[in-house]
Parts: sequence; structure tokens; C-alpha cells
Amino acid sequence: MEEEITFTVPIRPDMELEVTRVASSVAEAMRLGKDKIDEIKLALIEACLNAFEHSKSKEKKVHIKIKMTDDRLEIIVRDYGVGFDPSKVKEPKIEEKLKSPRKRGWGLKIMRSLMDSVVINSHKGGTKIIMTKRR
Amino acid sequence: MLEQELTLTARKEDKYAVITTEGYINNPGGEKIAHMCYQLMDEGYKHFILNFSQSKVINSIGISILIEIIEKVLELKGSLSFCGLTNTIAKTFRIMGLAQYTKIFPTEEEAIKALS
Ligand SMILES: Nc1ncnc2c1ncn2[C@@H]1O[C@H](COP(=O)(O)OP(=O)(O)O)[C@@H](O)[C@H]1O
Ligand SMILES: [Mg+2]
Repeated sequence: MEEEITFTVPIRPDMELEVTRVASSVAEAMRLGKDKIDEIKLALIEACLNAFEHSKSKEKKVHIKIKMTDDRLEIIVRDYGVGFDPSKVKEPKIEEKLKSPRKRGWGLKIMRSLMDSVVINSHKGGTKIIMTKRR
Repeated sequence: MLEQELTLTARKEDKYAVITTEGYINNPGGEKIAHMCYQLMDEGYKHFILNFSQSKVINSIGISILIEIIEKVLELKGSLSFCGLTNTIAKTFRIMGLAQYTKIFPTEEEAIKALS
């Protein structure tokens, strides 16, 4: 069995929740279990928020693809924005964040910790995040 | 949109306050919680229990505001306890290291018991 859903969402407050609704209904159909579904939701919220907040996409849209196969769920979040270099993003540390005025910078870490794999393809034309969760 | 805005209630006890939230802990949601905590700090409270049993979704922006609250609680030599977290939110707090500076309890009763 292999199925795919693709859709596009406008960059708008709380739109990330709409995206997680679609993903969780697919994950439920796959019978992934509550904790795995929750993990997918939180990781997906972060991927969407990054595209919303940082991409500076001129079309002001984010493209989502949700692919289910027998053994895993794959989610692709794509924006046609400015892109970034993930190797330049500093690993957040709680001890430092507690003292620093900048407490943010956790999204990528959360995504990588909650999913089985996260691949980031990013360049000047935009960013593509491929996240997978095994059954 | 469909998710309602975060609402919260605070219950003041002698030595601690319990804040119960309902809804998405995002940027405005986190700000509401912080605002309530700082108001209670001004009244002299320094021990807080955050009951998130009605909040099933959170994002990293909301969590970074929680880190700000933790910083202030540590300055006051107070404490912050969470209860009613989903497994995934508890896991996320552990991954981030929040669990080192706060306490996580399954239920509000257990969080209260630990304070007395
Ligand atoms: N889709 C994206 N487009 C452009 N930059 C991005 C994108 N996703 C992440 N980034 C960059 O990576 C950084 C780290 O992201 P993240 O870990 O989610 O922390 P935060 O969003 O709180 O800054 C962002 O500050 C941003 O500079
Ligand atoms: Mg982010």
C-alpha cells in the first residue's frame, strides 16, 4: 500500500494546526499509535512554523506532502523562500538559554529528536524538510 | 482557527499557585502563562504548578517562554512543576533539558504532595 496526499497552505497564524490535522488522520489510518502520532504532530508544527517564520517566501505558501507506505510515514514540508545553512545553526543548550535573552532556537532539535529521520535540503531557492516515522 | 485560544485559571494556595491551561501553548499562549506567573510573583508567590492536562499541543516558541519563567523562578529560588503532560510533551521537555530545572508529575495531586 502506498498513498500520497499533497496540499498547499497559506502562511497564516495557526495554519500549522490545520496541517497536523491532515497528518494525524493519515497516521491514525496507518494505526501508528497515540504517542507516535503526537510526536509527528509536534515535529510537523516546528517544520511548518519555520517555513512560516523564516522562509520569507514571496508566494506566502508552504507545500506539504504526506506519503504513507507499508512501513513508514514520510512528510515533506517545502517552501520557496530564502533557504538557510543547517550546519550553521547552533545546537541549543538549556544552561545557555537560561542566561541568554534569546531563549529560542529549539525547533530543529525537537524535529530531529521526535522523528526517526529528518533530512534538510536547503539552498537559495528554498527549503525542503523530509521527515519520516517508522511504523 | 479551530483550536481555541489558550485560556487559563489560577488557584492560589498559601505557599504555591496552580495554573491550569486549556488549548495551544504557542507564542500568545506562552505569554499568557508568563503574564499570570509574573503577576503571582509580584504577589509573593515563588512555587508554581502548571497543569497542562487540557493542553495537548505546544510549540517551541511557547516552550521558550516557559524557559523565561523557569529563569525567573530560579532567581527567586522557587520551583516550577508540571503535571498532566502528554508523553510526547514530557519527552520534549526532557530532550530540551527543562526537566533538570523543573519537576514533572503525572497528576496535580502528586505535584502538590511533593511541595508539602
Ligand atoms: N524554512 C526555513 N527557511 C529559512 N530559514 C530557516 C528555515 N528553517 C529554519 N531556518 C533557520 O534555522 C534557524 C533555527 O530554527 P529553529 O531551530 O526552528 O529555531 P527558531 O525557529 O526558534 O529560530 C532559524 O532561526 C532560521 O534561521
Ligand atoms: Mg523554529
